[in-house]
Formats: sequence, structure tokens, C-alpha cells
Amino acid sequence: MRFKFEIGCVLVLLACFIFTQADINRFYYFAGFAILQYVMISTAWNILGGYGGYINFGTAGFLGVGSYAAIALIEFYGAGIIEQIVAAGIIAGFLGLAIGFFTLRLKGVYFAIATLALAIVLETIVNNWDYVGGAAGVSILPPRKPELLGILIVDRKGDGIFQNNKEYLFFLMAVMAVMSVWIARTIEFGKLGRGLNAIKDNEEAAECMGVPTLKLKLVATVISGALMGMAGAIFPSYVTYVDPPTAFNLELAVNSLAMPMIGGTFTWIGPVVGSILLGTVQQVAIVTISSEINLLIIGVLLIFFVTVAPQGIVGWFMKKNK
Amino acid sequence: MEFTELLLNAIVAGILLGGFFAALSIGLSICFGLLDTVNIAHPTIIVGAAFCTFLLNDLLGIDPILAGLILTPVFFILGLAIYSMYYQFFEKQSAEALRGLAFFFGLLFIAEVLMIMAFGVDHRLVSAPYIGNSFTTALAGMEFSIPYRLLAAFVVASAMTVGLQVYLSKSFFGRATSAVHQDGMALSLMGVDPVMVKRIAFALGLATCGLAGALMIIVIPIEPAVGRFFIGNVFAIVVLGGLGSISGTLVAAFILGIAESVVSTFFGPSWAPAVSFAILLGVLAFKPTGLFGSGDTR
Repeated sequence: MRFKFEIGCVLVLLACFIFTQADINRFYYFAGFAILQYVMISTAWNILGGYGGYINFGTAGFLGVGSYAAIALIEFYGAGIIEQIVAAGIIAGFLGLAIGFFTLRLKGVYFAIATLALAIVLETIVNNWDYVGGAAGVSILPPRKPELLGILIVDRKGDGIFQNNKEYLFFLMAVMAVMSVWIARTIEFGKLGRGLNAIKDNEEAAECMGVPTLKLKLVATVISGALMGMAGAIFPSYVTYVDPPTAFNLELAVNSLAMPMIGGTFTWIGPVVGSILLGTVQQVAIVTISSEINLLIIGVLLIFFVTVAPQGIVGWFMKKNK
Repeated sequence: MEFTELLLNAIVAGILLGGFFAALSIGLSICFGLLDTVNIAHPTIIVGAAFCTFLLNDLLGIDPILAGLILTPVFFILGLAIYSMYYQFFEKQSAEALRGLAFFFGLLFIAEVLMIMAFGVDHRLVSAPYIGNSFTTALAGMEFSIPYRLLAAFVVASAMTVGLQVYLSKSFFGRATSAVHQDGMALSLMGVDPVMVKRIAFALGLATCGLAGALMIIVIPIEPAVGRFFIGNVFAIVVLGGLGSISGTLVAAFILGIAESVVSTFFGPSWAPAVSFAILLGVLAFKPTGLFGSGDTR
């Protein structure tokens, strides 16, 4: 069948929609939201990191920029969630372009170092920027009855599609996650993905064969950054309170790196598998053990997979089936 | 205070801060500049040493600088262990350099979480006679105030960095390290084991963390996540100084120290982290070889 993947996407979205209509414990929406967000973030990371081999440590920076772009728009004129997501995507994309322009002509380590420092500098700027709450953080009040194209979306009495704003945002997150997986897959099988793979294997050789390396790297950085920004934009509306340490949490950077590494970085399904597995483990560990142990688990798994099983779970299974 | 007085005070404090920065970054300059192992966990390991200093000072009442000297051989051994692991999994298999980076990032994260679990997120301080007071003097009608803690850190840091610089440029081992940086294959043809040289040099780089950690807790109160804020600093210094040039690192440390001190004085300390980042990006964009570097950056 030709559109197997696309049909799968639609089925996943349908399942998510039914899930929002079911009357179950709110915690499952919260956990599901976190996992879907990680699917999107790690997929976005993998476009540059997995296909191109350029490690981005600044995931927290891109997400934070997305979150704060959304907050600034809400403060400015009470923008709707869709506008916030689009604007955050554009701004984070430009951020990727800027940092890529400065560092992508050099060895990959310089890009990695610059992105690592980027998150800290952005946090400094937001700490000093009182319009979006500064160091004290900011609370967001979600609109009571959001509409989209004239259709009432959320209404507690049941007139809208969803009963609760969280359910709406959960579904939106699912749409974005599926969209980014689709984008990553399209890139992987397209010209861009093949070019990035060539860069990863041997950049000099790729350039000699006529691959426009700088251009491809910049395009990948912009797409990856924009997707991260979009994932960050939905975050303030969902948690309704954001301060710089949460928005620029290093945990995000570690997760976005560890999930693709654990799943397998060379194909689109790797980050999906990694984030669903690790995301679920984390949600369980946070509730049952403690959040510090949970962070320790990520760190140890990351080191384990980087040293012993660099192909990740997907690579491991593929080798077994051969 | 008048503008010139304020500026001169900021510059004096900046020079002292620069000495402290030199102590933080010289180990990284060896690991990253000479050996090409991008140890991004370096500042976090320094924080680890700072916590060890805190324990020695708090439990046994040992002077922090003495504690730093005691810790130096411990961190040398830690360096041997880390490099052996790094070599085993990455260099030996000539894996992509970026996987090694992910390894060090994982190390950074684990170290930070372990410190949070052991010490919590409170700020910790040490006590010593030279902490808390300032040395005040009037010169040419202007008043200078220098905290003794910065002065102590400056003296120790200078002794360490200058000593290391002389050792690396004069001794056989130091020249062997430079040779590894230039051409490891040629070195092995001369009958020297490049892996051995690299292992010892890396351990030497990490050994500086012991003393640097002691200086860190003398200069600022520490908490587990503080290492992150120095990542920008140390990498900006090493890149600005030029990879492979230890003396370049020292010069760059003073430039960054002065720049950060002046910015903190006139715009407020919360803007200080932006200075190192701006310098890092500027150097990468316009002169990626740094001030004294010769290596290729592509």
C-alpha cells in the first residue's frame, strides 16, 4: 500500500481523539501530553542530530524561546494558541538560522558548545525581561471559550468539541507530534536527508561530490529549531505557570538527546520508540520513586547506549532480524 | 564614586577574576585544545571538587587551599579512569567525535544529579581567615577595594597556571603532549606511546579541577548546577585563546575576566553570562582559530 504511513498517522490521531473523549483520570492526559511533547522534541532534535550528526545541546533554549514567544504574544494582545504556535515556530527557526550561521561552518563541536551556552544566555535575558514575568515567572489564564474558525472548541457544558482545555491542548499536541514525525520521515527519504547522511559520514567527501553542505545544515537547523519552538509554545498554556528555570530546564536537553540515542538515531522511528519508552518510564518513576532518581536513570541510560549500543534499540532489532 | 574610579576598580577586580578563570579553564585547554577530547563536563567536575573541599573544610577544618592540594592527586586518578573509558569506547573504535560529546554530556548530567542528591540545592560556603574581608587602599586620590578571597584565588591560580605552562613548554612530557596534538602517528614512530601520553595529559587536565574547585568555593558560594554557568566562560576562554595554546588561554582568561567585571559593574551582575557567550560567538564567527591558535577548525 502506498499511503501506509499516512493512514497510520490518521489512525493514531483518531485514537488520541477518542482518548480525549473518554472519562478517565486526569493524570493520564498529563502523562500522555508529556510523552507526546517528547516525541515531537526528540524527532525535531533527530533531524539535525541523527541525520546530520550535529549535536544540539540547546534544546532547552529553543523550547524556552518558543514558550516565551507565546507568553509575550499573550501579554501583548491575548493571542490564540494557533497564532502562538506559528509565531514561536518562526522565531525559533530564526534563532536556529542565526546560531547556525555563526557556527555551522566550523567543526561540529563548536556548534554543540555554542548551543549549550545558548540556553544559559537566553535564560539570562528572560530573567532580566520583566514584560514576560522576569525571574519571578508568569501565570497564564487560558481563554474560557476558545473558538477556531467559528467553531466552539472547549465548553464545560458539552457544547464544544472538548469538555476541558487540557483535552484540547492534548489533542493539539498529538497533531503536532504526528506532523513532526511525518516531516522527519519525509526529510529522511528525500534529498535533504540523503545529503545530511552524507555530511554525517564524511563532510569533506560530501562537499567534494557537490552536496551544498552549509545550506543543508542550515535548513535542517531551522526546521529542527522551529519544531522545538512550536513544542515549547504550547507548554505555557498547558501548565499555566512558567518561570525561567522550568522553561530552560537542562532535563529537556538531556531527554531530547537521550531519547533518539536510545531509540536509534538513523531512522524516524528511533526517536519515537525512544521517547515513548523513556517517557513512560519517566512518568512512572516520577510518581513511584522520585524525580532525582528519574534523572539519574536518564543519565545512566544515555551513557550506556552511547558507549555500548550506539545503534539504539531499533538498530539492535534490525541487526537481529537480518 | 566617580566614573574613572569605578572603571579602575572594575578592571582591578577583572584582573583578579581573570586569574580565577585561568585556573578554571587551563585544564580544559589541555583536554580540548591539545587532546581534542571535548570534555564539557569540566566545569561540573570542578564543582564536584568544590563540594569535596566543602566537606574537608566543614568536617575536618582543613584550609580550603590545602584541601584543593589534597584533592589534586585524587582528580588525577579520576582523570586516568575517565580517559581509559573514553579511549575504550570512542577513540579506539574511531567513533564519531560527537558521540564522545554525548558521553561527556551524560557524565555532566549524572554528576550534577548525584550532587543534588547528596547536598541538596542549598548554596554552600567555606570558612577561612581570608574570606569575607577586603583590602582597601587609596592611590592617586582614588579608593581601591580588593576582597582578600579574590586575591587568594588569584595568587594560587597564577602559581598553578604559570607552573603548568612552564612544565608543558619545557619538560619532555609537555613537548610530547604538543607532539600528540600535532601528529600522533609520528610520535608513535618515535617510540612514544601516544595513548599513554594522552592519558596522562588528560589526567593532568582533570587534576587542575581539584585546585580549581577549591578556588571556586573560595570565590563564590556553590550549588550543584553552578557548573553550567561556567561552561560558556571556559569554552569562550579556550576558543578565544586559540586551541592548543596554553599561554593564549591565560591571556584570554584575563580579557574575559576584565570584560565580565566591567559589564557587571555598569550593567548589573545578571548580564555577566551574556558576555562570555557574545565573545564565544564573535570569535567563532570572525576568527575561529582564536588569538594564538594554529589548528584547523573545520
